[in-house]
Amino acid sequence: MTGTGTALGAPAERREGRQKVTGGARYAAEHPLPGRAHAWPVLAAVARGRVTAMDTTAALESPGVLTVLTHENAPRLTEPDDPTLAVLQEPGVPHRGWVVALVVARSLEEARAAALAVRIEYAEEKHDVTLTADHPEAYEPETANAGYPARREYGDPDSAFASAPVRVDVSYRVPPLHNHPMEPHTSTAQWEGDRLVVHTSSQGGTAVRATLAALFELPEDRITVDTGHVGGGFGSKGTPRPDVVLAVMAARETGRPVTVALPRRDMPALIGHRAPTLHRLRLGADDDGRLTALTHEIVTHTSRIKEFVEQAAVPARVMYATPSSRTLHRVVRLDVPTPSWMRAPGECPGMYALESAVDELAGALGMDPVRLRVLNEPEREPDSGKPFSSRHLTECLREGAHRFGWDRRDPRPRSRAEGPLLVGTGVAAATYPVLVQPSTAEARALPDGTFVVRVNATDIGTGARTVLAQVAADALRVPLDRVRTEIGDSDLPSASLAGGSSGTASWGWAVHDACTRLTGRLGGLTGRLPGEGVTAHADTAGRADAESPYARHAFGAHFAEVTVDSVTGEVRVRRMLGVFAAGRILNARTARSQFIGGMVMGLGMALTEGSTMDAAFGDFTESDLASYHVPAHADVPAVEAHWIDEQDGHLNPMGSKGIGEIGNVGSAAAVGNAVHHATGVRFRDLPLTPDKVLAGLSGPPAPTSGRGG
Amino acid sequence: MSSEPTPEHRSDTALRVNGKPHTLRLDHRRVLLDVLREDLGLTGAKKGCDHGQCGACTVLVDGRRVNSCLLLAVSLDGCDVTTVEGLTDGDDDLHPLQQAFLDRDAFQCGYCTPGQICSAVGVLAEAEAGHPSHVTDPAAPSGRPVPLDAAEIRERLSGNLCRCGAYPHIVEAVEDVI
Repeated sequence: MTGTGTALGAPAERREGRQKVTGGARYAAEHPLPGRAHAWPVLAAVARGRVTAMDTTAALESPGVLTVLTHENAPRLTEPDDPTLAVLQEPGVPHRGWVVALVVARSLEEARAAALAVRIEYAEEKHDVTLTADHPEAYEPETANAGYPARREYGDPDSAFASAPVRVDVSYRVPPLHNHPMEPHTSTAQWEGDRLVVHTSSQGGTAVRATLAALFELPEDRITVDTGHVGGGFGSKGTPRPDVVLAVMAARETGRPVTVALPRRDMPALIGHRAPTLHRLRLGADDDGRLTALTHEIVTHTSRIKEFVEQAAVPARVMYATPSSRTLHRVVRLDVPTPSWMRAPGECPGMYALESAVDELAGALGMDPVRLRVLNEPEREPDSGKPFSSRHLTECLREGAHRFGWDRRDPRPRSRAEGPLLVGTGVAAATYPVLVQPSTAEARALPDGTFVVRVNATDIGTGARTVLAQVAADALRVPLDRVRTEIGDSDLPSASLAGGSSGTASWGWAVHDACTRLTGRLGGLTGRLPGEGVTAHADTAGRADAESPYARHAFGAHFAEVTVDSVTGEVRVRRMLGVFAAGRILNARTARSQFIGGMVMGLGMALTEGSTMDAAFGDFTESDLASYHVPAHADVPAVEAHWIDEQDGHLNPMGSKGIGEIGNVGSAAAVGNAVHHATGVRFRDLPLTPDKVLAGLSGPPAPTSGRGG
Repeated sequence: MSSEPTPEHRSDTALRVNGKPHTLRLDHRRVLLDVLREDLGLTGAKKGCDHGQCGACTVLVDGRRVNSCLLLAVSLDGCDVTTVEGLTDGDDDLHPLQQAFLDRDAFQCGYCTPGQICSAVGVLAEAEAGHPSHVTDPAAPSGRPVPLDAAEIRERLSGNLCRCGAYPHIVEAVEDVI
């Protein structure tokens, strides 16, 4: 690619691709450090209580052991803003799986063996881990995740619903879900004199540095956080996790580099999870299908130590025109691990329920579900009254319907069978907010005619190195191959995290501005550049985070075809197709991969993924990849992702919206709606595993309201 | 820290890794994956679960794909091991599967990628040798090469999880080299 001004949008190949296919890309546990020790965490074996006695004698005598850290001897931390990071500070146990000791040894085998020798006694207290819709301790928080008000209401939704000629009043349940990135949360810490160097699998190294500086009372300029390659995160690495705190503690205590790599089974308790959500939706419409009332009320859980409220009723504030609405979150504090971000928190479970209920309304009206959605398109954002910066949901639905062959669909449920297989198709809409955060970046022109862009962005699999080079090349008006990107190191200019689908917009804005300034600076120079080159900086604070007069969201439409085996109850997806309106698509190749990846995660949410809080033990029963079924190759058919050309001048200099999460929003509803179309039975309790489907095919499905979480 | 582990808990083990012979004195508990990553610095094979559930650690032992996290290394004395680092011919020439993964953007975070690629190398050999899979037509003649269509590839690669959801592109990449 040698032209100029052509980099954005091009399907440029990932710059680290060669390293990744040859095994050369180094992740957090893979840096060769002489004398590196390994650690194994010991997790609390009770759901609630406190440690009353800790005997580490045998563990310390075990071969190769360097130290055993417990609340009795671990370094004291300044109280963290995030209580989940206050590890080994007190004897209290807020949930099963809380870290109560860390064994550090020369080898992993030695650490693991010694961890079994740590003897712990607990004073156990009665626990409650069971979420119910009518839990007596449910309360309405002030805000849900991301600062959204817990309750919004306008019009008179209750009387509007009561008097609506067509009504849907339904409950849906989304179980706890686990992020399970392929690389477990891992940190390697090393003290070099009074400097701390950390290699960590995080979605944002700048925040890790700030957190460690606060916890260990160090100036930030003595800490370097390397996040060069990160093996996925899906939200769970969006905030620092106990692994990095433990690694720094252990390195300080042993004087050696120490790696803490969380065992897979420990992850559900320590990295956050998508909290279960119990949804009640009431949709009222007039006879021609226009909504007159929409209420979406959810109940979810959080832990004893931190309030995290999955904002699952928030997308209903964005989607459909209605004169009356109530969206409400309630939460129960339970003795469970602290939930947190998982890909599209709020939108993902919320749109599963809302888009399923809209499909039910279409059924009640006898109306095509695409037409129903188009009919209820709002002119402005329903809740805020703001104009949309761009929307194009109708275009996504129509384009998707055309590509999918929706017009050939017989709308009658259970109208198509191939032998024992019932075949159905479904549609659902998607939305995700446009988020952007302030970042800084530096652009440098070198005497050899090349350019270096430096920004502490993180590539968790998005292709950040590549797309930021594309942004820079076009801003500099130079060919893409003359731009190098440096990311994933906290010594680079500070930047926001790879989360909330905000990375490329946030970092790209700063890169764009730095490059624009550099171009201006170069324009005033004559002669050869100095040896160190010419540098320009940018900081988007005050602009990137400025309040917008527009409601800014990405939208999309999902279509799915499924077969349901009437003998076994097995649901299989035959094809999935998504069309997205997400502003300007900056790299066609990596964007397609992200959209498809999100859709595959939605397939898993619909059919295979579900976790259970065991009431007696207070633990997730599906805590590893043998029991928690993320989709495998054989589950995933042809998946197509398309997008429409969307021009939106109210976003950022690139005109882009985030794309990391929207593929995961609504896709589970499209699959669920297809299952209903195939079977004529509405399943409202994810995932749609053969046991539930088979039971449903032979009788009415079990009611979902008030079910356990 | 106490004394060194007693000698009977370690054994000399000869391994040939990517064509290079090694003799290592190994803790009996050490699995092949940790030998590769910790003793030999070959970190291409990844640790995703340590329990044979995810396939990120897949390498080839005597030409057959294995979950290296499940094999005690001392049991492999005399074996020939190929990792993703050993697929590259010389410094520059990528294995056709590695090139196909690049061409198809068959990965995102890259953590499962070495395992997917090594597993695919094994799949091609197994199909060529006539090994049937769950989706192979039972009427297909035994011992003859099995044609790899998308369903065969999906079935045979199902031990290799990818949380980024790159499966459709991985299947295309494997189809490219058939």
